[in-house]
Amino acid sequence: MIARAPYPRSGVLLGLALALVLVLGLSLCVGSAEHATADIVWGIRLPRALLAALVGAGLATAGALLQALLQNPLADPYVLGISGGAALGGVSALALGGGLWLGGAGVPVIAFAGALGASLLLYAIAADGGRAPAHSLLLTGVVFNAFASSLIVFATSATDLARVAGVFLWLIGSIRLVAPALLWAVFALFAVGLAIALRHAYALNLIAQGDETATHLGVDVPSVRRWVLAGTALMIGASVSVSGLIGFVGLIVPHLLRLTVGSDHRLLIPGAALGGAAFLVLADTLARVVLAPIELPVGALTALVGGPLFLVLLRRELARIPA
Amino acid sequence: MTPLLEARGLAHAFGPTPVLRGVDLELAPGKLVVVVGPNGAGKTTLLRALSGVLRTDRGIVTLDGTAIQGKTRREIAQRIAVVPQEGAVPFPFRVREMVALGRAPFLGPFGRESQSDVARTESALAALGLEPLAERAYPTLSGGEKRRVLLARALAQGVDVWLLDEPTASMDLGHGLFCFEWLAEWLRAEPARGVLLVTHELGLAARFADELVLLVRGEVVARGEPARVLTAERIAEVYGVEARVERDASGRLVVSPLRAIR
Repeated sequence: MIARAPYPRSGVLLGLALALVLVLGLSLCVGSAEHATADIVWGIRLPRALLAALVGAGLATAGALLQALLQNPLADPYVLGISGGAALGGVSALALGGGLWLGGAGVPVIAFAGALGASLLLYAIAADGGRAPAHSLLLTGVVFNAFASSLIVFATSATDLARVAGVFLWLIGSIRLVAPALLWAVFALFAVGLAIALRHAYALNLIAQGDETATHLGVDVPSVRRWVLAGTALMIGASVSVSGLIGFVGLIVPHLLRLTVGSDHRLLIPGAALGGAAFLVLADTLARVVLAPIELPVGALTALVGGPLFLVLLRRELARIPA
Repeated sequence: MTPLLEARGLAHAFGPTPVLRGVDLELAPGKLVVVVGPNGAGKTTLLRALSGVLRTDRGIVTLDGTAIQGKTRREIAQRIAVVPQEGAVPFPFRVREMVALGRAPFLGPFGRESQSDVARTESALAALGLEPLAERAYPTLSGGEKRRVLLARALAQGVDVWLLDEPTASMDLGHGLFCFEWLAEWLRAEPARGVLLVTHELGLAARFADELVLLVRGEVVARGEPARVLTAERIAEVYGVEARVERDASGRLVVSPLRAIR
């Protein structure tokens, strides 16, 4: 009998960490300023790159978590309506001219409150103390998202034209410079969410097999579901509230990792955090420079790259797995 | 001797439809108990009640003499392995990973596997001839191969009480027979073990079961050694099938279905 070492985890994570460091370095070196001063590099580019890293990590980790929790590889962080709540909060604040409230933190704070509100609502309606099956969560989320979208349209229509551009940009999703305190807040929320995710990573391997199988193998499914939903809500809320609805990161990154490193969430979750961070830092750097001095909203770029990439992945997968 | 698993007066309804109507059942150490019955008899529901995932409206299930409802899922999983009917998994877990999940009830909070967990996984793979498939993605396997993976997972779990829901469905003749022979052998190797399974394979059930339970519309209509349960009259009555029931040279029961008489 050959005793095997479980899996070469450290190599994959090291590679992803290295990739993250490289793209962070790249993002510091390029930009529209001809002679980048130390102020520009450390005062503007670095905090922005760090925010992009946190947002990307949060979205990709949340995507990986929800895919397992909903037993659906096509789930993304926006599917449960938590983002819909955040967007509703953020857009309402913008539409009411809240850009300068709370020393500039008004929109993110209200958006985060929206995310928490949506999570609680989701939990009250669909989660049934964590007992409800995955599809009822999914259905509730989809319906809530649609409802939030219509409220957003309503709020946008009622606001004056000057503010609509801001709302529009927010819905596409973009990384902007934020106050250091806000950066720290996003980091703290992400760190708590990631800790919860890592604690339950192995249980998610079992839940990915179906609730009943997980139960048979000793998992307290309702408890894991409650914790993971809470962690997901923190990460999605934190990410969306500072950057708006950046699409495809939370779908593409975990999916790409599943294809390359496999389905073990003990590897997938830290991998998604590192990979998502690297992906969004790179995307945001490109968004800054491809049409410089015009800056693209990074959400437009991720959707542009992510859409076709996703179709290619899906096709590859369909070819691999018999119906 | 305390039965490994015992059910008393299990009754359950989904909405207005009663599915179980007072089922009594017992799995003693060393026994292979086979539950048979037509479609919709409540066999899968019975298994779910026995494994504690379904809390029935009435009745009690005891594991090692104490009520299963009072135990945590982890405690139950350290005693009972369940081989489910459906093995659809939407993620491309590898066969080795799937089998390794059998160790879950014994791992610490972060799911770190010890050398002995890995060794159990490897020997379970070997026991079911799955080594050539170990690196394959589970969703790419055939139905019969998936069944063997789920059996290997239960073996890796290394517990004494097994509940199996149609383990030989979608297995070919050879693998189906192998499965029963293998289960009988596994049972003989250690007297504290017990297996309860649900199947539609009357022939295999008659041949291998120590005790047969015939479940019809949520009720146990007959229970005992195969020859007493599977008579030609009863098969005609319950399944609407004319069958020949006889003993072969070695004295074992052989059931041959001849034609439908509905």
